[in-house]
Amino acid sequence: MTENTQKQGIIGQILSLPNDNPTKTIIVAALLCLVCSVLVSTSAIALKSKQIVNKQADIKKNILAVTGMLNAKTDIDKVFEQFEIQLVDLETGAYATDIDATSYDQRKAAGDPAQSIKLTKEQDIANIGSRAKLAKVYILKEDNAIKQVVLPIHGYGLWSTLYGFISFENDFNTISGLRFYAHAETPGLGGEVDNPKWRQLWQGKKAFDQNGELKIKVIRGHVDYKMADAQHQVDGLSGASLTSKGVSNLVNYWLGDNAFGPYLKKMRSEVGN
Amino acid sequence: MANVIKSSVIDPLIDNNPITLQVLGVCSALAVTTNMMAAVIMSIALTTVTAFSSAFISSIRNHIPSSIRIIVQMTIIASLVIVVDQILKAYAYEASKQLSVFVGLIITNCIVLGRAEAFAMKNPPLLSFFDGIGNGLGYSLILLVVAFFRELLGAGKLFGHQIIPVANEGGWYIPNGLMLLPPSAFFVIGLLIWLIRSVKKEQVEPADYQIHQVHRTEVL
Repeated sequence: MTENTQKQGIIGQILSLPNDNPTKTIIVAALLCLVCSVLVSTSAIALKSKQIVNKQADIKKNILAVTGMLNAKTDIDKVFEQFEIQLVDLETGAYATDIDATSYDQRKAAGDPAQSIKLTKEQDIANIGSRAKLAKVYILKEDNAIKQVVLPIHGYGLWSTLYGFISFENDFNTISGLRFYAHAETPGLGGEVDNPKWRQLWQGKKAFDQNGELKIKVIRGHVDYKMADAQHQVDGLSGASLTSKGVSNLVNYWLGDNAFGPYLKKMRSEVGN
Repeated sequence: MANVIKSSVIDPLIDNNPITLQVLGVCSALAVTTNMMAAVIMSIALTTVTAFSSAFISSIRNHIPSSIRIIVQMTIIASLVIVVDQILKAYAYEASKQLSVFVGLIITNCIVLGRAEAFAMKNPPLLSFFDGIGNGLGYSLILLVVAFFRELLGAGKLFGHQIIPVANEGGWYIPNGLMLLPPSAFFVIGLLIWLIRSVKKEQVEPADYQIHQVHRTEVL
């Protein structure tokens, strides 16, 4: 009882101090920070599990969308079962079977020195610093024959790292879709990477030429369809030169020799191309 | 009291609208009005933040040291914005992805800090809460009107549903692409301000300068 009144006494004393008293200023600031940080961390932790579920569902949805299998009625989880998840050793292009592919977190692995390699400045055109040794691929099969393959890609645009997927037809050269699921580019300009019309431009483009050389590029302005290279080129986004360049770079990085290049090459020779 | 509350909610709708009269919070009004859905979510988020931040700030207004006044207000506003952002990510994932940075940017929305500084610091919590609601609704009203015209004329849609059949899908309407770009929001807001001020003449500000008739009598 006495303790209680004393406590009130202290609080009362603090409250009765003039507002500009330095002690009170510090106490008010400290208390405010405490209350606010508790509020923020409580909400972040309490809602985390729900956010993770949302994020995973979103990734599944994007994989379906990039392969053109998503419509309003699709049961995402069910259709997603048609995909086979594999890990690719990017160095050799072979499948790595000793690790469980479903639970593998490529983003986490890229940050772990033991599971990733640091990229040199010349290699790192996508500006990502380091990449995981193993990468996830999603293979769409029908009657045991490969129909499409989806590769995760990411890289720096203008403001942010863009995370997305690129999918190939079963010749491992014809692009069937490109789609980003996370980025923070300027809405209306760089943010137009989400524009369905622009995404559609990627469909049917060839990543490699007859000699197996990587040719795909986002160019400035419109593609001249009379040129022979038109099948390797995509229109740049107007008002977003740097984001367009970033997308071009990251696609080139991930399809290049330091990432999925060996895998794609291997698969192309397997299908006899 | 009930009357005061009523007027603090109703006044900011037209008579003292934060966007069209005070010209605050225009930046986000340009960014999130390309479609109705984003505008609705943004409106709810901003109204919630303004109402609760005003109420919290008002309830401790007598103990906020004036030297760290703005920091205290910003801390409270920022915390509420983070909470709103987390809730959106958990329960309205698609919308939160679409709004991306703009939810976070509610922190810098002039309306929130403006009401905290101008109203909540001088008035009791309940009244401040309703003042926040009122100003949030005033902002929402303009946002929804702008989004209505931009989505309808820019894409022929409302809430993502096709209303006018557009030309590239076999309809007759050729969408006005400019309406989807930020400048068009300026035009729509400008037209709204013109409309409101033609009806409510008392909102017209006196001109800052006067154009004088120049009489050239001297010989050059």
